[in-house]
Amino acid sequence: MPTVAPLDLSGHCIAAAFLKGVPHFALADGTIHRLDHGHKTSQANDGLLCATLDLADAKLITGGEDGKVFATGPDGEAAVVAEAGRKWITSVAAGPQGAIAFATGKIATVRFADGRAKEFVHSRSVEGLAFAPKGMRFGVARYNGATLHFPATEGKPVELEWAGAHTGITFSPDGNFVVTTMQENALHGWKLTDGKHMRMSGYPAKVKSLSWSARGKWLASSGAPAAIVWPFSGKDGPMGKAPLELGTRGNSMVTSVACHPSEEIVAIGYHDGMIIAARFADAKEVLLRRPGKGAITSMMWDDDERRIAFGSEAGDCGVIDITG
Amino acid sequence: MSDAQTQIPVTVLTGYLGSGKTTLLNRILSENHGKRYAVIVNEFGEIGIDNDLIVESDEEIYEMNNGCVCCTVRGDLIRVVEGLMRRPGRFDAIIVETTGLADPVPVAQTFFMDEDVRSKTSLDAVVALVDAKHLPLRLKDSREAEDQIAFADVVVLNKTDLVTPEELRDVEAAVRAINPAAKIHRTTRAGVKLDEVLDRGAFDLKRALENDPHFLDGDYDHEHDHDHDHHDHDHGHHHHHHDGHDHGAVSPIHDVTVQSVSLRGGEMDSKKFFPWIEKVTQMEGPNILRLKGIIAFKDDPERYVVQGVHMIVEGDHQRAWKDGEKHESRLVFIGRELDAERLKKSFDACQAA
Repeated sequence: MPTVAPLDLSGHCIAAAFLKGVPHFALADGTIHRLDHGHKTSQANDGLLCATLDLADAKLITGGEDGKVFATGPDGEAAVVAEAGRKWITSVAAGPQGAIAFATGKIATVRFADGRAKEFVHSRSVEGLAFAPKGMRFGVARYNGATLHFPATEGKPVELEWAGAHTGITFSPDGNFVVTTMQENALHGWKLTDGKHMRMSGYPAKVKSLSWSARGKWLASSGAPAAIVWPFSGKDGPMGKAPLELGTRGNSMVTSVACHPSEEIVAIGYHDGMIIAARFADAKEVLLRRPGKGAITSMMWDDDERRIAFGSEAGDCGVIDITG
Repeated sequence: MSDAQTQIPVTVLTGYLGSGKTTLLNRILSENHGKRYAVIVNEFGEIGIDNDLIVESDEEIYEMNNGCVCCTVRGDLIRVVEGLMRRPGRFDAIIVETTGLADPVPVAQTFFMDEDVRSKTSLDAVVALVDAKHLPLRLKDSREAEDQIAFADVVVLNKTDLVTPEELRDVEAAVRAINPAAKIHRTTRAGVKLDEVLDRGAFDLKRALENDPHFLDGDYDHEHDHDHDHHDHDHGHHHHHHDGHDHGAVSPIHDVTVQSVSLRGGEMDSKKFFPWIEKVTQMEGPNILRLKGIIAFKDDPERYVVQGVHMIVEGDHQRAWKDGEKHESRLVFIGRELDAERLKKSFDACQAA
């Protein structure tokens, strides 16, 4: 039986994550809570808007209303790694070789491990950021498409065009596909070898959470009363194939998804705070957490594949142990 | 999805540089009303704004990917409002100050078309600051000045001390010709009473037009802020109208391309009216900046109110007709290239037999 160790915080949880096995919870007020032999707290941004995990460095990278980027380690040490003036930092991403990227207005900045920084100015706002899994390459979600940059070289960016506002971006783990979330209720994808489009629509709400399954065979998404899981194992991705619909509920929308690190299982968080796990093969479901106070905003599995850290809009966070 | 109890009201301030926008904003922020505001500005202007929570954001217009050119939203506002609403305890209301050249339509539509924004906030009113001295010039050289007035719920006609009474009359008539449905306040130094610009509920169907019983009466009540006391608008008697409809007053200042079409009729047949308003807004949506109206349906004990922005139309029952209140339908379209005759004819055809 799965058990839940609750951590009741006050405020919107932006990210729940494991750093070296220690569960961390980053809240919108800039506090970062961790469960390391007791509940401990450190302070990052004054107003925290976005967060990502730098796995190589075991740091939580956060950007905020204060125009700063913080890196917080499992010891709770929060250090400013970049400052961009008075504008909000609206997106952060962590890449290979200790590089991080952050967005402020129309500028995406890449900061390399040695402290060098490089700015990429766009004609429209930088909405989302993600690094490719291999090589020094990152993608920007923007109005009417996405732009791929190669910050280590002087190479020209690759422009991927598709009408509409693209708000978030992710690369498939093999680096063959780029998928964006959109202002409209849809995903858009590109196969990078030939630029082929993939239109994934039919969602009743905006898609805000995406998660690739082990080896990138599937892409799970929120934005519907079920987790919508698109098959990416074929060479053309999900084109012409129907997605799986897992954990369908009549009374609550899926707000967060997190795929299991090695098995074809996805943790599904709902608007009412409920969390289940569902298996791709037979759609079998296991209840992990009963409904709580607010929508699930973030989830992450630990390396032992035993625990899930979760956060909610209302601050009722916690850690699920699936082995009980 | 919408959760009325936590919806934060949003006031949009439009107006050209020098119209007194920042002066009004600073008054709102500094007067002792016990309310805290989050302010969204395009850029920090020359005059400082004294507030704890100011967000600078680049005005960014997104066309929705649905093939409709008038379905535009402000992408930056979606992002900023989402961020602000994650820590809602910090403020009671939001004020969006737009640049002088800003198109007010995408700003307003953001609060209707984006489901996340819509569920957490509600557009309270669009307030346009107008510089009485420079309006004629502005109307000559830009379409935005006109759009801002046409789109406003409240027009603050500012700097009235810099013009002669004749000039003021002409400027006010021009504003009225562009927008017969807005409330106009004449001020100096943006000295309008704050309750005339805040908490108006102009987009709230339960309240819209309720605080304006003279809606489309023709005899507009100009409230001057130097007045000692308010007129009591809640007298129960009915005003006698001129018959039929009117095409909106003609502006004494030329260069006006926005027109209004005011329609008036008796009781309507709902089976005819709804398909009609749907069709009009679908066909004429791009030309319609705003529409507002009170509709009397046959055999319906309640007033029905409608309002719209381009192709977005909302309607709801507002309240029961009062005893002795005339069951009359009134509707105003503000826009460009509107065919007044055709609108009138087709509106009249919706009347109940």
